[in-house]
Amino acid sequence: MTSIILRTATLYMFPPLILFSVYLLLRGHHYPGGGFVGGLMGGAAFALYSLAFNVAAARKLLRFDPRDIAAVGLAISLLSGLPALFSGEVFLTGTWWKIPLGNGNYFDLGTPFIFDIGVYLVVLGVLLTLVFSLGEEE
Amino acid sequence: MTLLPVLPIIVPLAGAVLCMLTRKSLLLQKIIAMATSFIILLVSILIMLETKDGTIAVMSVGGWKAPFGITLAIDMLSSMMLILVGLLAVGITAYSCQDLDEERMRFGFFPLMLILLMGVNGAFITGDLFNLYVWFEVLLTASFILLALGGERPQLEGSIKYVTLNLLSSALFLAGIGIFYGMAGTLNMAELAHVIQQGERGGLVTMVAVMFIMAFGIKCGMFPLYFWLPASYPTPPAAVTALFSGLLTKVGVYSLIRVFTLIFSTDPEFLHGLILVGASLTMLSGVLAAACQYDMRKILAVHIVSQIGYILMGLGLFTRLALTGAIVYLMHVIIVKTNLFLIAGAVKRIKGTTDLHKLGGLYKERPGLSILFILSAMSLAGIPPLSGFFAKLTLIISGLQVESWWIVVTALGVSLLTLYSMTKIWAYVFWKPAPEPLPDVNPMSQGQWMLFLLPIIGFSVIIVAISVFAGPIFEFADVAAGQLMNPQGYMDAVLGGRQ
Amino acid sequence: MEVLLAVVIGTLYGGGLYLMMRRNLVQLIIGLGLLSHGANLLIFIAAGLRQGGAPIIAEGKKVFLTLPADPLPQALILTSIVISFAVTAFALVLFLRTYQEVGTNDLDEMKETDT
Repeated sequence: MTSIILRTATLYMFPPLILFSVYLLLRGHHYPGGGFVGGLMGGAAFALYSLAFNVAAARKLLRFDPRDIAAVGLAISLLSGLPALFSGEVFLTGTWWKIPLGNGNYFDLGTPFIFDIGVYLVVLGVLLTLVFSLGEEE
Repeated sequence: MTLLPVLPIIVPLAGAVLCMLTRKSLLLQKIIAMATSFIILLVSILIMLETKDGTIAVMSVGGWKAPFGITLAIDMLSSMMLILVGLLAVGITAYSCQDLDEERMRFGFFPLMLILLMGVNGAFITGDLFNLYVWFEVLLTASFILLALGGERPQLEGSIKYVTLNLLSSALFLAGIGIFYGMAGTLNMAELAHVIQQGERGGLVTMVAVMFIMAFGIKCGMFPLYFWLPASYPTPPAAVTALFSGLLTKVGVYSLIRVFTLIFSTDPEFLHGLILVGASLTMLSGVLAAACQYDMRKILAVHIVSQIGYILMGLGLFTRLALTGAIVYLMHVIIVKTNLFLIAGAVKRIKGTTDLHKLGGLYKERPGLSILFILSAMSLAGIPPLSGFFAKLTLIISGLQVESWWIVVTALGVSLLTLYSMTKIWAYVFWKPAPEPLPDVNPMSQGQWMLFLLPIIGFSVIIVAISVFAGPIFEFADVAAGQLMNPQGYMDAVLGGRQ
Repeated sequence: MEVLLAVVIGTLYGGGLYLMMRRNLVQLIIGLGLLSHGANLLIFIAAGLRQGGAPIIAEGKKVFLTLPADPLPQALILTSIVISFAVTAFALVLFLRTYQEVGTNDLDEMKETDT
């Protein structure tokens, strides 16, 4: 496709879409959102890019092979279940750490969030593997 | 130990991740897949040691207690199935390292196979109905891709039938789950069993039960829902077919056994009667369809259906002895069927075809392979003293005990016809002289050939071992059947005597 | 509301099965999609429709202030939507490959394995 309108619009749309996908991922713990929707949104951004330009350009923009992204995501999700074992809990039990941010504030880092990051990457990777392989057919 | 029950899921997943990350190097993938398979086998043996005295290993994932969280519960039947998965994983990985073409391996055969194994293991150990659905989908998605991998025309056509019917079955299963949740407010199998034992909702329960028979019936190839099976199973490479025939349909059978002993055990006259009728028709139609085929792999594929009938017969009779027979039969048929498919793959590898009319004279050329084949084939037909004989004998005795003569007659007749199909393969492929000389398409040195045969020899040793150690195996199966016939023990273990 | 949703589910199942019986590959995959939507809605309605708050106990309280809605059916449906998304995406790729290989999207032409 060589629509100049779509191309220009995509260039403006792409950063907000990625930002929104990360936003969805981050708010997922307490509010609607999460790794799956975030991953879909991020995947949609790259799919849009591959439609407006071509698959090769989208691959170049992504830098990593989508299958590698999916594998890393699976590994992260798997590893997020392990910290619970060190405190004698069952696999995948939620564990939280307080990370000091200075001036008395803390960031609560929990394994459910790490799991969600893994889901995000898996969804992004699998979606783009399929979209790219369909797009390269033509 | 808190980690052990979940290891059958984690180990293949970790192996799959490693294989995906080392996509570039085939050698590394082979090593990782082989190591993972051995670890799966090791883990299953450890679990067997934990459960061999009849305890049920229960674990609540994430610390959410039953019936709220997802429960993993491993009883004797589950741990026996896990061991079979481990054995198959090792054998088939070893075989596919030698036989599979490079393109398929590059495209991700090993990670997909490991994800399939994860799904199968998950289905065997879960104690939650919805979780069972999820594992089904995991293993189905992996199997879809494995089936279509390579993209030859028959493969793709077979895949379409396989995908469509299995998705239909998943939709049915899901609908049944939804109705169950609305009725009982839980999907934990033990809690569901408890609710149904108390409740008075006979009609709705029976309806869901019939939906489950349909859903699992499609997955395991029960009459009249098996038409996808002969269309799709013979099309992929031998390693994939062997894996599918060994595990996929058997997951369907396992689920039927689990659900119809634990949850739907209150109305055996109708439901188990229905399964029994289905079982006899499954046996009969499978074996008759095999009798008119003239392709080695097709005969074997259609025969899967008739073997499923025997296992379902044990479930349909629904006595402790019948279930013992069904479990032993399940173990025996997983190993034997896998081995037969691997042998068909070896024939295809050396001669380039599995058409009975074109082959011939293999007994003279490859006496070793012929002996391995005849061992497995006779065991499948149930010739004493091989493994199939004891299992069939137990099933027939239990059929006589409850005086259902017709199923006994069917089982014996089908057994005879199985022997006919197996001798047909033997006579055409190994015994008769080749119609025209068929040169080897893939000449292999003696060492390569021995290495190639190693997994087949391994499985044959297991078949002999099942025959020789039939006594201890029957004891294990008897414990498993005892647990199945007494669902209260399972419920107590999962719910902690809470009711 | 239940009656209306029951009719919708029936329509989805009927439409899905009708499309699956057609000979066209594209209609087959649309039919499969409708069927899984029907199953999802069935879970939703079978678990009971009622209005309620989020099932989160307010800070400092021990019990729910209002009767909460059951969160589990939604979790189940979300899971099955994710699964059917993945499976449908795969089926689409498979059907496309098949169409390219066989050269037709008529299911009656795909008889190579039926003997």
